[in-house]
This record gives sequence, C-alpha cells and structure tokens, in this order.
Amino acid sequence: MSDKSLRIKISLTLDGFELDVDETLPFGGVTAIFGPSGSGKSTLLRAIAGFAPVQKGLIAAGARTIFDSSTNIATPPHERSVGLMFQDTRLFPHLNVMGNLAFADKRGASTTSDSLLEDIVERFDLQDLLARDVGALSGGERQRVALARTLLTRPQLLLLDEPLAALDMARKKEILPYLEMTSRAFSIPILYVTHDIDEVCLLADRILVLNRGRVTAIGSTQEIVNSLDLLPNGDPFEPAALIEGRVYAHDERLQLTDILLGRERFRLPLNISVAKGAPVRLRVLARDVAIAKSRPADLSIRNILPAEISRIEDGAQPAFATVMLTIEGGMLRARLTRAAVEELNLQVGDHVFALVKSAAFER
Amino acid sequence: MLEFSAILLTLRLALATTIILLIIGTPLAWWLATTKSRAKPIVEAATAMPLVLPPTVLGFYMLILFNPDSLLGGFWVNATGDTLAFSFTGLVIASVVYSLPFMVQPLQSAFETMGKTYMEAAASLRASPLDAFLTVAAPLSLRGFITASILTFAHTVGEFGVVLMVGGNIPGQTRVISIAIYENVETLNYAQAHFLSVILLAFSFFVLFFVYSTNRQSRVHVG
Repeated sequence: MSDKSLRIKISLTLDGFELDVDETLPFGGVTAIFGPSGSGKSTLLRAIAGFAPVQKGLIAAGARTIFDSSTNIATPPHERSVGLMFQDTRLFPHLNVMGNLAFADKRGASTTSDSLLEDIVERFDLQDLLARDVGALSGGERQRVALARTLLTRPQLLLLDEPLAALDMARKKEILPYLEMTSRAFSIPILYVTHDIDEVCLLADRILVLNRGRVTAIGSTQEIVNSLDLLPNGDPFEPAALIEGRVYAHDERLQLTDILLGRERFRLPLNISVAKGAPVRLRVLARDVAIAKSRPADLSIRNILPAEISRIEDGAQPAFATVMLTIEGGMLRARLTRAAVEELNLQVGDHVFALVKSAAFER
Repeated sequence: MLEFSAILLTLRLALATTIILLIIGTPLAWWLATTKSRAKPIVEAATAMPLVLPPTVLGFYMLILFNPDSLLGGFWVNATGDTLAFSFTGLVIASVVYSLPFMVQPLQSAFETMGKTYMEAAASLRASPLDAFLTVAAPLSLRGFITASILTFAHTVGEFGVVLMVGGNIPGQTRVISIAIYENVETLNYAQAHFLSVILLAFSFFVLFFVYSTNRQSRVHVG
C-alpha cells in the first residue's frame, strides 16, 4: 500500500445500525462526507477516532496503521494522532480559552521550543478571547476555539463533525474563512462531515456520499455535484452544476463581482472578501438557468453564456427535463419544462445561450 | 478531660475513613459509572448493603474477620503483634466498610452526570485515560467529591453499633463520641451526655445544610 493514502475499511454494527465502508483516499485535501442524517457520517468519524467499536477493518493513515482487526491492532484513541472536532465542541468548562488551548498544546507539542500555539492564536484571531470563560463565548467563537484546540494536538488526520451545523448563516460566514485557511495552511487530510451542499462546494476537493451506512458515490466535488440529482433515499439534492473561475474585478458602485470563466464573464453580488485573481467555485442550480436560441437583447439577466447542448435528460418530475450544457471551462444544467424543450426544438449539439440571474447567487 | 479525647478520636477516625475511602471508593465509583459489565448490579448491591444491614450484623462479621484464627486477623497479629479487634485500626477498617456507600454513591452519580463526552474530548486531545481522569473528570466532578467526602465523614462521626461491636469502649483507642454518650447516659451523667449530643446535633445539621445548599447551587449551575 502506498504511504500517501488514507485507508478506511470499516465494518461495524452499533445499536442495530450497520456501517460498511471500504475506501482508499488520497492523503491530503478535504474530503466531504456527505449524506442525510442517520446515514452514518458521525459514526464513521467516531470509528476512525477510536470511539465506536469496529468489528472488522483496517484503518491506516499513510504508513501508520491505527486499526487492523486481522492483526489485532487497535491503537487507543489518545495515541491515534487523529484530531476529532466534535459538533458540540466539548470545550472544557473548568478551563478558560487559554486553558483549553494549552491542554491540547501541552500534549501535542513534541518539543518545548515549538511555537504553534502563538501561530494558531494569531491565525484564528483568538488574542482577545484567551482569558475568556468558555461559557461566555458565542457559538461561532466556540467553534473557532474548538478547531484551534484540535489543531494544537498536531493531528496527522483531521476529522470535523459538522463544525457549522449549530450555527446560523451569519455565524457560518464568520467561520468558513477559518476552515478554508485550515485546509490550506495545514497539509493534513481532512474528513469533513456535513449535510450542507454549499459548505461542500466551498471547501471540499472530493465528496464521499454516504447513505444508510454504505458509500453510494465518491469522486471529485465537481463530478459528484454535476452528476447527482437525488440522494439515494430520495432526499432532494437539487440538480446543479459546479463551475470554477477566477475573480476578475469588484465593482463597488454597482456592488457586483466579476468572475472570469475562460473568456466569459459572470456577474455576482459583490463579495470583496475574495481577492482579485483568487479561484472561486459557483454552484449553479439547474432551476436558475434558462436557455435562449439566440443572444437576447433588452434582458434583465446579466449572465449570458454561449453554450452547447450535450445531453437532454428526463427530470425527476414528468413535466421537466434537465438539459446539460457545455460552456467555456465547465458545464451547466438547466431545468426546463418539456414543453419548452419541444417548442424550441432543442437538440443535442445545438448552440444556444445559457441565462443565469445574478440574483440566484444571493446567499 | 476524658470527653475531649473522645471528640479527638472521633475526628481522627472520620478523617482516616474518609481518606481511605477516597482512595478505594473513587476507582470503584468510576467503574460502576462506566462499566457495561453484567456484574455491575451485583457490585452495586454489595456496595449498598451497609445502608440496610443492622450495624450489629456487620460488626459481628468484622469480629470474626479480625479473630487471630482467621486469615486477616492472623496476618495482622503476625505482622504487628497486635489484634485488630478492640483497636483503632480495626475501627478504621470497620468504618471503611460501613461508610462505603456514602462515598461511592455520590461519586458514581457525579461521574454518570458528567457522561463520557468530556472524556472522549480529552482522549481526542491525546490525554491518556489516567491523565484525562485527573485533569478533566476529577475537576468536573469536584462537587461530587466534596459531597461524598462530607457525607462519609459525617456518617463515620455518627456511627455507633459497629464501633460498639468491634471497638468496645477503650479511652483514646476506641471510645468515640457516640460510645461516650451511651456510657454517660448509662451512668446517669446527663450533663456530659447533653454536651456531646448537642455537638453531634449541631454538627449533623450544618453538614446536611451545607450538602443541600451546595447541591442546589450545582443544580442551578447546570440548568
């Protein structure tokens, strides 16, 4: 087996629930573990961390085997070098913020000269919180401290269990940059459990879809988002496409940000937190895309992209069809009525224009 | 004064019992709070027995155990040249058994209330089980430790039957307050009996008052 992979072979039964996973992941980047609640996402993380009893399996991070039922290896949780950040943070209430960070730092530091603590405090903007009682932190601050605390154990593998689930939209936006920074700054593999597709699109390099304890799909974020319409149990996973571009300019007067996709421009509501030239991912819902056979004039829609029809599929509901469009540097999906497909006589290979409202990106 | 030595002896006995029970009772309570073993109800029942058994029964078995012909009694005589029965050490051993539930039950309930979430968090932060117990579980269960220690101490101060059976009435050795009160009443020395009884009465009230008021605080704190 390669030193640069993460081997996760787990078979367990817990309170009547069966989890059966057998995957080898690259040793790096963010893997989103995505699925409906009750699909076994958290149990998978707990099994890797050593908190859920695995009956059969093999868990190896790089060259280090932390569990192997065939040779009776079962490293105790505190020796696995696996950092699990719990959804409910579990900050120690008898210690203040600094006490919580120092708890991890003391046990994670290999040498006394190592200054990760100061580095982390700075990166996570925790200076003003250090003396604070953990009970006096806001939800977002708690998550920030919990993530910082986990990183201070110097984990070889980072497991994040729905780190944003308990937060409202405003708080999520407050934490997301820290998560993005974490995946860039610490070159360790991250398994990220979530049921929020927006988080997946923003953070994940690849997606593992879990349903009823089984892996139903695995692949790059773009592959999975572009191909999956419904979760296997019928939960809606809105048909969408993921496109990747770069920030070209910010227009402060009109409050819009321009994204460059190849030579085409996409206009979105202003988001100056992303620097010029930085790569961005946009998840475009199929229902936000319309099709015109010729370039329309006098239209309120700002984003008009030349496209070629690559496929036409029946939609989940009989009245609709999903039209796949190849655009410069990616693809889009459009959800149209079958009536519209017939009336416009849309055929595979047709050159058309895809229309996407900027307002669709309001979040 | 004679009764001053009874008071001092009682405090020494209660302190020794509490310290020994902290050392024995803590791992036992932790095991009971975390085990999934089927032996748990058996151990729980055995631990709680001193609550319902007449002290005379316990004292009777203790005497048999302390007999120099028995294993423990014989070992003790060989090792120290002294008998366990009617000695301070024998009294401590009997008190430890008799007060065991007063240490174990509050601790067990404190550990159960804390649950395993913080212990898991500590393990995920590379703390070994012992490290996690000392640095996370113990401070988080501090109120449980205080309650258990106070109840154990107070219960030992108030015991009578077991002491009478095992220790007798040797001044400075086994004559604790409750025995002294008993003897004072027997000899119609009511003034001394009053003096000691009032001390125990006030002591018991303040101990229970303290336990209930701190428990109320902790409930408010949790809720």
